[in-house]
Amino acid sequence: MSATPVKETPAVDLAQKERSMVLQKQMIASHYEELATAHDSGKKVVYTFVPGNLTELIRSFDLLPVLPEINALQSGMRKLSGEYIAEAEKHGHSEDVCTYVKCDIGMLKKGNIGPTGKKLPKPDLLLLSYTGCFTFMKWFELLREEYDCPVAMLHVPYQSDGHIHGHHRDYILQQLRTEVIPKFEQVTGLRYDEDRLREKMKLSAQAEDDFVWVLESAKNKPSPIDAYFGGVFYIGPMFTAFRGTPQGVEYYQALRREIEDRVTRHLGPITPDGPMEKERYRLVMEGPPNWTSFREFWKMFYEEGAVVVASSYTKVGGLYDRGFRHDPTRPLESLADYCMGCYTNLGLPTRVELLERYIREYSADGFMINSVKSCNSFSVGQLLMLRQLEERTGVPGGFIESDLVDPRYFSAANIKNRIESYLQMLEQKRAARVA
Amino acid sequence: MKPELAKLVNKAKELYDDLGLKSVQAWKAAVPGRKAIGYMPIYVPRELIHAAGMLPVGIVGGGDRLEIIRGDAYFQSYICHIPRSTIELALSHRLDALDGMLFPSICDVIRNLSGMWAMLFPDRYVHYVDVPQNYEAGVGGVYWHREIEILREDLSRLGGRPISDDDLRQSISVYNENRKALRDLYEVRSRKPWFFPISEMYLMLRAGNLLPVEEHTALLRAYLNEAPLEDGRFEQDESRVVLVGMFCEQPPLGLLATIERAGCWVVDDDLLLGMRWLMGDVSAVGDPLQSLTEAFLTKSATTASRYLPEGHRGRWLVDSVRRNRAEGVIFCAPSFCDPALLEQPMLIAALERESIAHTQFKYSEDTGQFAVIREQAGTFSDSIRLWSEP
Ligand code: SF4
Ligand code: SF4
Repeated sequence: MSATPVKETPAVDLAQKERSMVLQKQMIASHYEELATAHDSGKKVVYTFVPGNLTELIRSFDLLPVLPEINALQSGMRKLSGEYIAEAEKHGHSEDVCTYVKCDIGMLKKGNIGPTGKKLPKPDLLLLSYTGCFTFMKWFELLREEYDCPVAMLHVPYQSDGHIHGHHRDYILQQLRTEVIPKFEQVTGLRYDEDRLREKMKLSAQAEDDFVWVLESAKNKPSPIDAYFGGVFYIGPMFTAFRGTPQGVEYYQALRREIEDRVTRHLGPITPDGPMEKERYRLVMEGPPNWTSFREFWKMFYEEGAVVVASSYTKVGGLYDRGFRHDPTRPLESLADYCMGCYTNLGLPTRVELLERYIREYSADGFMINSVKSCNSFSVGQLLMLRQLEERTGVPGGFIESDLVDPRYFSAANIKNRIESYLQMLEQKRAARVA
Repeated sequence: MKPELAKLVNKAKELYDDLGLKSVQAWKAAVPGRKAIGYMPIYVPRELIHAAGMLPVGIVGGGDRLEIIRGDAYFQSYICHIPRSTIELALSHRLDALDGMLFPSICDVIRNLSGMWAMLFPDRYVHYVDVPQNYEAGVGGVYWHREIEILREDLSRLGGRPISDDDLRQSISVYNENRKALRDLYEVRSRKPWFFPISEMYLMLRAGNLLPVEEHTALLRAYLNEAPLEDGRFEQDESRVVLVGMFCEQPPLGLLATIERAGCWVVDDDLLLGMRWLMGDVSAVGDPLQSLTEAFLTKSATTASRYLPEGHRGRWLVDSVRRNRAEGVIFCAPSFCDPALLEQPMLIAALERESIAHTQFKYSEDTGQFAVIREQAGTFSDSIRLWSEP
């Protein structure tokens, strides 16, 4: 799961359209355009997932990636997911399971029209990067039944103890060498070219430096960014098709310059209603956002002066802020390490440690968990995480429940109430401290 | 019921009701220094625990016999029931007899539960058993060999003595006997389901969660002998069905009895699948870790949590229907069980390609109302019988 919203995004109607936003929009539009004409122009298409994605390797084979999670969240933002989910349920999918899967299957059943209104190409290969989520496996098995194309399975061991073990890395390397690369070669007719991969990884690392700078800019007071609601836009190019590309590098350079400027001018984040005037609460956020009411959800925070200074969701595609960089000197090894280090592939104790550090390092007043019904990978254990974090930091936590793309599970009034009372509680605590 | 059979059934029922692991405590108390290791569904290589001189203890939640007081505070309402009852068991000290816990990679719930365990019980041994989804000897095999080697090292440390290759080979043999007894039971039950009512047979399987494996094998053998001698067990006009979806959270006993009372004879199922995960013998000669690895790669059962590189997902189910001469399939999955429920449409498609009848319902381990299920299973059974009439 991750985000690259295209339409109806704040980017469209923000008071000041910044260069990075324009760039991102263009990048996404041209990517979908390329996808729409992929098969006519002889390009091959690989479907894959965001966590542990092998974008540099994919690109080194001139393959075009499609990320079904992104399509699902786009459908959520475009208010189409309800209909798609209903379609999947009509075809026998249980109401209990992850709605990203159902949204994607429903979209497929209804013609596979992508976020820009153009039909998405069928996959030439399904790259099942099984990282951090069990459901991925079932998802692509379901797609395999629909498409007559090969599947490359990449099983990424879980980091239950938070450490990368040598044999875990070797296991991934072996799979890359014996399963993934041969299938890429078979589908594209091209040979694996490590130098090409290195080139791409160099570009990745460059963009990653700027990306981390942007994330860490939230340590400033006021924070110049919202690292969750705004963050989902910033992770877009990094988590999807643009790592290892010159456009990706350019995007993060532009973004960094803009944020540097905001820091110099002591400005807060930009919201769909313009720049945020006063930062009243600094929050850390755990869990993915809701997409069907994304803007409404965000508004519940910014209209109260609450800004998210760090979030775990912006780490589902990698923990760059903890030091990981794609390393051109050891390309495949570094891809293996990348896969293992994605947020949802980390054991719960490591997740708690990470959030604890965020609360401290970003001087947060509080933390909030958005627990989504769809996602067992994220959600199971969050109630314990809440307690542990409160105990370890002394900072109070808030807990809300919604879903990713199922509009039936976004109860605006309830959620707003919860957020308001939580922020009031923070206010009272603050007042008590001052008194 | 004849006294011999009654004795076996009562013993198994007592174990079924032993949520506080009194039998494990007794086993430990019999020889000072003994240790017990819990494991959750589906598969862990129990041979390693056995070879360390410890008791492997299958933990499958609290069923319908446990009031959830604390467990609900740890899990949102949209998560299946087994983790909350398992946490309840632990927080209420019912699992205190366990010196460690193994959590196999089966879904994100059990996976995250392993991390919860590590945080809640920092003094106890917790290990996530990440089985490979790559079944190539040089890839997944090498990885799995190392994983179980680490487990062996851990258990040696915990047990305070090395686990020798001979210990392991001996344990493999003992488990081969158990697997053989289970295969025999399933094979005879498939031919003559009327001898082995599902709710009774389930108790026999379930006893294997707590009993030392040698005693469990003996129990199964005795049951195989005694059950057919019971009066009133004869062939009737019932429907032969395969039950699917129960590999993790277990249905309440009442539900199994209800299916049977509704006119269905269960001829195959995936209840407590971990005991039968390896579908053949493991070699008891040579490098034992290599033997366990090879068996995993080549003899693993197929179920929702296992990746299959090729073909349609439902082939194994169609094969089971054919092999067991079943007339239909009942999908019976726990509510909110992503693996089972995501798998279901693929299995249904496979059955429909072969015109095999099916029906489906969901349960929770603490379901207490069976009227609807009885009605549905009854209608299903009737419809099968109607169709199959000449
Ligand atoms: S369960 Fe979570 S991580 Fe997995 S596909 Fe669904 S939303 Fe994504
Ligand atoms: S019942 Fe299903 S979802 Fe729940 S723990 Fe078991 S396999 Fe996972």
